[in-house]
Amino acid sequence: MMLIPCPWCGHRDAAEFAYLGEPSPRPDPSTATPEQWRGYLYLRDNVAGPVTERWYHRMGCRRRLLVERDTTTNEVRPHRSLVEEES
Amino acid sequence: MTPPRWRPSAAPSTMSMRLERQPDEVIDRDAPLTFTWNGRTFPAYAGDTIASALAACGVRVFSRSFKYHRPRGLLTASYLDPGCMVQVDDEPNVRGAHRLVEPGMRVSSQDTWPSLEVDVKAANQLVGRFLSAGFYYKTFMGPSRLWPAYEKVLERFAHGGEIPDLESYDRRRHHYDKRHAHPDVLVAGGGPAGMAAALAAAEAGATVLLVEEEHALGGHLRWGGDDVRSALAELRRQIEGTAAIEVLTDSVVLGRYDDNWVSVVQRGLPTVDERLVKARAKTLVVAAGLVERPYVFAGNDVPGVMLSTAVRRLIELHAVSPGRRAVVLRANPDGDAAVAALRRVGVEVVHVEDARRGGDIVRVRGRDRVRGVHLADGRRVACDLVVTATGWTAPVSLLTMAGVVPVYDARAARFRPDTTQLPDNILATGGVVGDGTLDELIAHGEATGRVAATRSAVVGRRWRAASPTAGGQVDSAAEPCEASPPALPVDPHPELFRARTHGIVDFSEDVSSSDLVTAVAEGYASAELAKRYTTATMGPVQGKLETVNVVAIVAEATGRSIQQTGTTTWRPPYAPVTLGALAGPEREPVRRSPLQAWHEQHGATPLVAGAWVRPDHYGDPAAEVRAVRDGVGLIDVTPIGKLELHGPDVPRLLNLVYVNRWSKLAIGRVRYGVMCAEDGVVLDDGVTARLAEHSYLMTTTSSGAATVWEWLESWLQTEHPEWQVHVTAVTTAYASINVAGPRSRELVRRVVPDVDLDPEAFPYMHVRTGSIAGVADCVLWRIGFTGELSYELHVPAGYGLHVWESLMAAGSDLGVRAFGVEAQRILRLEKGHLIVGQDTDGLTRAGSAGLDGLVKLDKEDFAGRPELVWQDRVADPPRLVALRTSDPTVVPVEGSQIVTDGSHIRGRITSSRMSPTLGRSVVLAQLDAPLADAGSKVTIAMVDGRRASAVVTEGLAQVDPEGERLHG
Repeated sequence: MMLIPCPWCGHRDAAEFAYLGEPSPRPDPSTATPEQWRGYLYLRDNVAGPVTERWYHRMGCRRRLLVERDTTTNEVRPHRSLVEEES
Repeated sequence: MTPPRWRPSAAPSTMSMRLERQPDEVIDRDAPLTFTWNGRTFPAYAGDTIASALAACGVRVFSRSFKYHRPRGLLTASYLDPGCMVQVDDEPNVRGAHRLVEPGMRVSSQDTWPSLEVDVKAANQLVGRFLSAGFYYKTFMGPSRLWPAYEKVLERFAHGGEIPDLESYDRRRHHYDKRHAHPDVLVAGGGPAGMAAALAAAEAGATVLLVEEEHALGGHLRWGGDDVRSALAELRRQIEGTAAIEVLTDSVVLGRYDDNWVSVVQRGLPTVDERLVKARAKTLVVAAGLVERPYVFAGNDVPGVMLSTAVRRLIELHAVSPGRRAVVLRANPDGDAAVAALRRVGVEVVHVEDARRGGDIVRVRGRDRVRGVHLADGRRVACDLVVTATGWTAPVSLLTMAGVVPVYDARAARFRPDTTQLPDNILATGGVVGDGTLDELIAHGEATGRVAATRSAVVGRRWRAASPTAGGQVDSAAEPCEASPPALPVDPHPELFRARTHGIVDFSEDVSSSDLVTAVAEGYASAELAKRYTTATMGPVQGKLETVNVVAIVAEATGRSIQQTGTTTWRPPYAPVTLGALAGPEREPVRRSPLQAWHEQHGATPLVAGAWVRPDHYGDPAAEVRAVRDGVGLIDVTPIGKLELHGPDVPRLLNLVYVNRWSKLAIGRVRYGVMCAEDGVVLDDGVTARLAEHSYLMTTTSSGAATVWEWLESWLQTEHPEWQVHVTAVTTAYASINVAGPRSRELVRRVVPDVDLDPEAFPYMHVRTGSIAGVADCVLWRIGFTGELSYELHVPAGYGLHVWESLMAAGSDLGVRAFGVEAQRILRLEKGHLIVGQDTDGLTRAGSAGLDGLVKLDKEDFAGRPELVWQDRVADPPRLVALRTSDPTVVPVEGSQIVTDGSHIRGRITSSRMSPTLGRSVVLAQLDAPLADAGSKVTIAMVDGRRASAVVTEGLAQVDPEGERLHG
């Protein structure tokens, strides 16, 4: 049960969060092909290694956040863009 | 089929094996008690384990082995003892050599028939060759039609005790618990090194959780005698005096997971059966000690063959003599100490065989008790006790869970962890990593504890530094950790695994060394394969006693080295844990509206709907329906989800999440809307009112309240953070009351003096705010789920009961009555209003829910739009229709299928009720498009096998399809 660094609450147990997975950019709904749209809905890269993920602190601040997690070691760190945004 | 578990049998020997008072004994001779074993009463002292109390009375056989039903006695006299699994009252598989005996406890042997002494399944010994390696795979292969017969056979031979059936299971007697702990340092193991580590860590400022499997701290010092007694007392005294150390005895660390999430099972508590402690330890110190390893030889499972530690535990802790005439095979100083202990208490040590000088034993004679032993030099010695001290296994389980691969050290004859592979937040000390004198062990424990404390501070700083805060800096500079203390010395030990005969390797699973040799010969030449083929290490002991012997024997049979063969993988949990502890206490909070007490006082039948308890009906749902159709009724609709939306961008949000158009909703208006997910499936529906320029009140279904809230937040936080919208969940801030029926306006007018209720001034689908029964800040809107003229009143929750009672009082002359969820379901079904989740499912897109007209595909964007566009163009999806059964009394059960050609499924009934208004059934169904036109005849397959015919009606509404009542 790993710890997730929440920018609002600090390091918290992963059980407090809902896992939302790799962010999938939403295609322009007026021009998207079915393949593009269903890729957005269902297809993820599922990389073995560092992955940017979205988590939702459901039992805490109720904010969505980005972290970088190595799926082979479960090493988690705050996502760079979020860090830059905040500092 | 349950065979009779046991029958009182011939009186066992009750000769006393209890010794004089021993200096370190843990029994309380001033607290004698009695308990029963297989129906007979036995004496014991407080502090006895079940096994020690029975052994003190001369009992030597505690169980029958798994496959061959051979008699089994004490082997380790510890938690791990594979021969002492017993049934205690209604609890099966109790570790009899660990569980403390209690007054009146009813203990029985497991899986023996007709009795422990005479067990017919012992005949398995005679047919042993049919139960050899891979028995299950070879015997029960096929044909598959025989599987039911195989299962019956296997069932009778299944190991384990009996769980109580549900009727006799007393829920009030069984409680399970969970706890969260956040120690700086968690020490797994309360022997000398673990105790020293805990003390040093606490002295360095850390909070410490010290976890010990046994009932008291001390580890091997507890039976160490004169030399260590004062040292143990001093360590215990210091720990008792250290407030920063919390000690959990009779508790085991089950596993270590990411970021040192450590699970601990705590047993032996006065008020709960078991507690699961979830500890987030900044550093973990593994001080698991060593486990003594059995020796493999013919007859090594005959009752009376014991490990040296078992002998010392029995003598020193429980003052029980393990036998009368002993032969000892020893290879280390602990064997010497066992010999000394036996002699001290008057057991005749008739022969000592020293493996350090080439001594060995060949086989033990006897079936239900040891009668003698054959030595390697050909001599035969009569005895009733054979003690082995042939080596140790390091319980590296927790360390391997952290990624350490143990390495075989031939000089020490055991696998040892390579602690250089450990992550910063784990350290190890004591027997699991090395040997040494008591002083060396304590010094190493202290050094390890100090490092653990400083590292825990580093880990804490790392956590804080790695958490980006709003405006704070992220310091990613890695702070180095203090190095681990120098390693402990490791003593040489002869490699002893198996004598020249074959014997039992896995005592739990009854797997012998010849089974393993057979498995290798049949091609299962790796330890992992041989393990699975023979089930060695897969029983209750889970390899803690036998893994290294398995590896050694596989290595011998394959001609490889032990290191080349390697160990099998350790996985959590380290010790058994009940499902009750994992599940924890039953905590399912129920939400109650402020009116629920009133409902219960007025005879409501409770209905648990999602998180809420609601009134299903007040005795006569049909009368409640008629009251609403003919006069006026009140229903408590507090559970409907309510969200306040504020901000200038609310219309953009509404346009995005609803399939219909929202940009032009005027102040004072209410609109119905449907939400779809991005795959076009209907997510929720409800009405939203515009109360002021930038202020809206949205309602959702009761079950969808949380989902919709998260759905809105998800769009606002991830796709449109620039939008100015604030969402506040207010479901429980309001009590919601729906006043429905042709006389509802008349009733509401009596308690709402300030709002003009005339149909022209307050028409259908409009909203007003005002006072109700003197309560300010209420919201009223005109909507109609029931199909009647109705007003939904949202009242500050604290005044809900007041408003409800005011309405009941004001409407007594109008015949007002409360109606429940059942009446509401009938009313809405008569009107043809769908319920999301009831008349739709996880595949129902908007078009299939009869919502085609609502969907505005010309809107530029909304959630799910592309899928609805494509569905509109290409597919001919199922549709929601209303059915009229040919026989008006037939109410097909919800979920009944609609079939053609006898059995081809074309749809299903989603809602059905008998309509009190129409005197016939009313039915909604999902139906394949070609059958869904009005007038189409369909066949319903009823659950009782009969068929019913029905016809698709024009539109969904059966009552007031024109909506005159609603709009009146």
